Amino acid sequence: MVKAIIQDEVSVSALQAGDRDEFAKLVDRFSPQVYRLALKILGNPQDAEDVLQNTFMKALQAIGNFEGRASLSTWLYRIAVNEALMLLRRQKPVVPVAMDYDDDEAEIPHPTQFTDWCCLPEEELLSTEAKGFLEKAVQRLPEKLRVVFVLRDIQGLSIRETSQALELTETAVKTRLLRARLALREQLSEYYGKRLDEEKA
Amino acid sequence: MEKKRCETLLNSLSEYVDGTAQAELCREIEHHLASCEDCRVVVDTLKKTISLYHEPSSKDLPTEVRERLFARLNLGDYLDRD
Repeated sequence: MVKAIIQDEVSVSALQAGDRDEFAKLVDRFSPQVYRLALKILGNPQDAEDVLQNTFMKALQAIGNFEGRASLSTWLYRIAVNEALMLLRRQKPVVPVAMDYDDDEAEIPHPTQFTDWCCLPEEELLSTEAKGFLEKAVQRLPEKLRVVFVLRDIQGLSIRETSQALELTETAVKTRLLRARLALREQLSEYYGKRLDEEKA
Repeated sequence: MEKKRCETLLNSLSEYVDGTAQAELCREIEHHLASCEDCRVVVDTLKKTISLYHEPSSKDLPTEVRERLFARLNLGDYLDRD
């Protein structure tokens, strides 16, 4: 009996048989998410586009080896993350100094900012300037925290899917996620705290 | 004693804000939050931080990006289809 494997509305068996229609469908189905993932990790549209193209080129070459242990989307994300990380390494970025946030074994850094900025109006929280700051804050995260945060909190993957895409244990994903979230909260608290002071003045 | 509670909260923060913490732990945390202003602020601003980053998944790729992608993959003949 031939079992058709359909995942995320795409037929894996057709893809593996070299069906171009199905490959085009796969590209249209997942390219927006792959592009956004790359954009959030890299912070640069040109690099994101390179990663997008390389991801689907690699997927085309490797689809024969896809065994369905993770979902098709998670498998694509894994390729995309690897491509993005390779690109980052080639560019040799300056390593951020937030060492406390970078070590899985170290204690979780304690919060230092206790300003309650939740009451700021939405137009202030999501002004063009604030959105720019949100982007920059993610870029300042150490790379291994950034990829976890992007997959889990921006792309909305589950802890399990994130661990599959990054080939990490769920415990490591949880630790890095918490570090990433806390590091961003610190940065945002400083930024929005200033807005709050301005409003009061 | 209070400090120890802050510590417990810090380690369970993600589970708590994601709503995946065990019921008993939630009760313990909420009890602590009622009397610890700093932790309450941390929880509220952490939730807000996560929600500010959460974006609805986009179904669109910029047109030119999609065109160049299809060209690179030799799928140019599929460009006009949906």
